[in-house]
Amino acid sequence: MAVVLHSEPLEPFNLVNEHEGGLSPGSFGACALFVGTMRDFNDGDAVTAMTLEHYPGMTERELALIEDEARTRWPVQDSLIGHRVGRVEPGQPIVVVAVWSAHRQAAFDACRFLMEALKERATFWKQEELQDGRRRWVSPSPQPLSPEGRGA
Amino acid sequence: MFKLCSETDRDPHAMSITVRYFASLREQLGASEASVSADGIRCVADVWQRAQPGRDLPPRVLAAVNHAHASLEDTVTDGDEVAFFPPVTGG
Repeated sequence: MAVVLHSEPLEPFNLVNEHEGGLSPGSFGACALFVGTMRDFNDGDAVTAMTLEHYPGMTERELALIEDEARTRWPVQDSLIGHRVGRVEPGQPIVVVAVWSAHRQAAFDACRFLMEALKERATFWKQEELQDGRRRWVSPSPQPLSPEGRGA
Repeated sequence: MFKLCSETDRDPHAMSITVRYFASLREQLGASEASVSADGIRCVADVWQRAQPGRDLPPRVLAAVNHAHASLEDTVTDGDEVAFFPPVTGG
């Protein structure tokens, strides 16, 4: 299990490749992967950049707890969470979540759980820079259909 | 000779609580960190009142004690780090 916070541009596929290289070949049959990327629009406005603030120490701890929880609920062989901090531009990856398991169902379900739990609990905050020069803090959106989260 | 414990020997940090603010709350308060006396403090709500006297806790603000999510009623003791922050928006 790994948690990686990056202040430089995140390279999700390299991270996943590198992590998978440390696993025993043939020991897993599925890897589910989610990558979240910054949009250049939000709430009807053009967004030119975004700054991700976090709570050093707590953020890593919370992500590790989420990974532990996934492990108790599904037969997860290994997992990886990578997240950007600092200034991000449209098109750049913000988050990567990968789960390795023997079979696809646990991999899909645990990957979905990790992503939804991260959005609900991990201490990150986004501030957008809009095209007109304004800066605004992003409000949390209602949770999507999330069997694991607290719901909308 | 016995050496008596006195105020001057006491580690000044042993009786204080570190308070941290993040994101929009940090901007609103114009501060990211403060230190308050732990004397008489019992819970997270007490820490807010001491750090921000006369100011109500803004709606939806969340708290943590020593890097773990906490409620306003959760116990706080000397040397703890208490954080206040708006709802999270990562991912």
